[in-house]
Amino acid sequence: MTATRSGVLRVVEREAQIFKSLWRGPVILSFITPVMFLAGMGVGLGGMVDDGTGGSGAGASDLGGLDYLSFVTPGLLVASAMQVAAGESLWPVMAGKKWMRTYHAMVATPLDARHVFGGLIVWSGVRAAMSGAAFLLVAAILGGVPSPWAPLALLASVGCAMAVSSLVATFAVGQESDQSFAVLMRIGIIPLFLFSGTFFPVEQLPDAVEPFAAVSPLWHAAELARGATTGHIEALEVLLHSLALVGFFVVGWWWGTRRFTRELQT
Amino acid sequence: MRPGTPAVASAAVTEPAEPPLIHASSLTKRFDDFTAVDGIDFEVRRGEAFGFLGANGAGKSSTMRMIGCVSERTDGELQVLGLDPRGHGTDIRGRIGVVPQEDNLDTELTVWDNLLIYGRYFDLPRDVIRRRAEELLEFAQLTERKHDRVDPLSGGMKRRLTIARALMNRPELILLDEPTTGLDPQARHLLWERLYQLKREGATLVLTTHYLDEAEQLCDRLVIMDRARIVAAGSPRALIDAHATREVVELRFATSDARDDAALALEQDAAGARVEALAERVLVYTDDTDHTMGRVDALITPPASVLVRRSTLEDVYLMITGRTLDE
Repeated sequence: MTATRSGVLRVVEREAQIFKSLWRGPVILSFITPVMFLAGMGVGLGGMVDDGTGGSGAGASDLGGLDYLSFVTPGLLVASAMQVAAGESLWPVMAGKKWMRTYHAMVATPLDARHVFGGLIVWSGVRAAMSGAAFLLVAAILGGVPSPWAPLALLASVGCAMAVSSLVATFAVGQESDQSFAVLMRIGIIPLFLFSGTFFPVEQLPDAVEPFAAVSPLWHAAELARGATTGHIEALEVLLHSLALVGFFVVGWWWGTRRFTRELQT
Repeated sequence: MRPGTPAVASAAVTEPAEPPLIHASSLTKRFDDFTAVDGIDFEVRRGEAFGFLGANGAGKSSTMRMIGCVSERTDGELQVLGLDPRGHGTDIRGRIGVVPQEDNLDTELTVWDNLLIYGRYFDLPRDVIRRRAEELLEFAQLTERKHDRVDPLSGGMKRRLTIARALMNRPELILLDEPTTGLDPQARHLLWERLYQLKREGATLVLTTHYLDEAEQLCDRLVIMDRARIVAAGSPRALIDAHATREVVELRFATSDARDDAALALEQDAAGARVEALAERVLVYTDDTDHTMGRVDALITPPASVLVRRSTLEDVYLMITGRTLDE
């Protein structure tokens, strides 16, 4: 177990080294983009939404009594964590497996496929924590973070990133080219991004569709994050949403270790 | 001349006092319905350069991957550094150096960072890594490119960096899969020089190649693989002595018709021990060159050129497998 942990850490070190040498691109994507969303939707669109409902009308009660900026901030936080995680788990996996074969270099050393996979997942979590912390700070300055519990939202963000990463990387490592990656982003990640209680409550979805939110890791993470940034969440909800995220991760880990081992060590 | 049963490496030379670094018997690798390695036996001793020679798809890389503990054997026995890769893969991988067929460097990182990161995979302390990386950059003649990104480096430089990287953990055994494939002649010679130096310093090298000159230059002992099996084993000299004639007369003809006629005539005349018609030339294997040259002079259509040379491993390969390596 110690060997596994240090092996995962070695892979994370490598990812960090690569990030250090080309951080500008990723930072712009993972931080500036959600901040722009926050400014556009939270402040711009939110101002309209809040005005239209008169602050205490039907709209505000749909948002659980929150102004729109406070509602959308945790949603954007976890949604960007998901996107960072998906990005880190698609093309870099194909590069490691096929384009640059760097994963094959790793498994020729004491590391094995589980370390490669685990390191990748942890790194997705680290990336989510880094961009999420910066994002939360900006959101707090703009007034979108009413509760002092808000830093705990980063945990939801990291959990979301790791669950998504374990599933997406498992998918990616089984592919022979990146052809399907753009498709996964369009029909998988973007719908989750839009319909997981990030920009509006899932109660707004058609009744037939609403239960499907439960299979979105992003919805569970959004609920947790919103609980933290607003300070309003039941203990049972925390438990159930956390368990759901852990469940996604366990499925991804179980399936992914097999696929990574098959691809890299046969 | 074509042997009916394959020779076996372990039967070749006397038993060494020290246990071998690699011991394989009936080693087999199957993928679903395809057999990549079909029950091979060999031993590699400390300090020797051991080669697997064969065409693409002969089973060399699959064998290397089993030795390198990234691919589990299907059947047979394998011991590397006295340990079974089943259950000791991590330990073994920590003590060997692997140079893969295709460079798998982190191309967006610098030369230096590549060494640093790789050293960390072995859990080495950073100061040890830095000291070794400096030495290895000297060895690989890359000190001046230390802070350059890998991407724009030449193929030869990338290969040398890959070798330097494989030495970070001071390996007891170095595996090189097709080390010079795809390099220009100058880069190949520079790389060979580096490998000679490792050999002089006592390293144990195991390499695969489909270049006969490489096998002849670098290997103390080698096995020839063909269609997943070992078909011959021994030192380059012993293989040539055992499987080829003393000399070869190479003939080239202006037309393919003339070549075919000549091959037939020389065969009927018993001009040599064996006559082989290839795409562009006719080879006559002979222990009596004067006799052969007499037959050649008697040909109706004389050859465009005649070359008499000593037999090489290439001839051994052709004799045993009936094919040239680049076919």
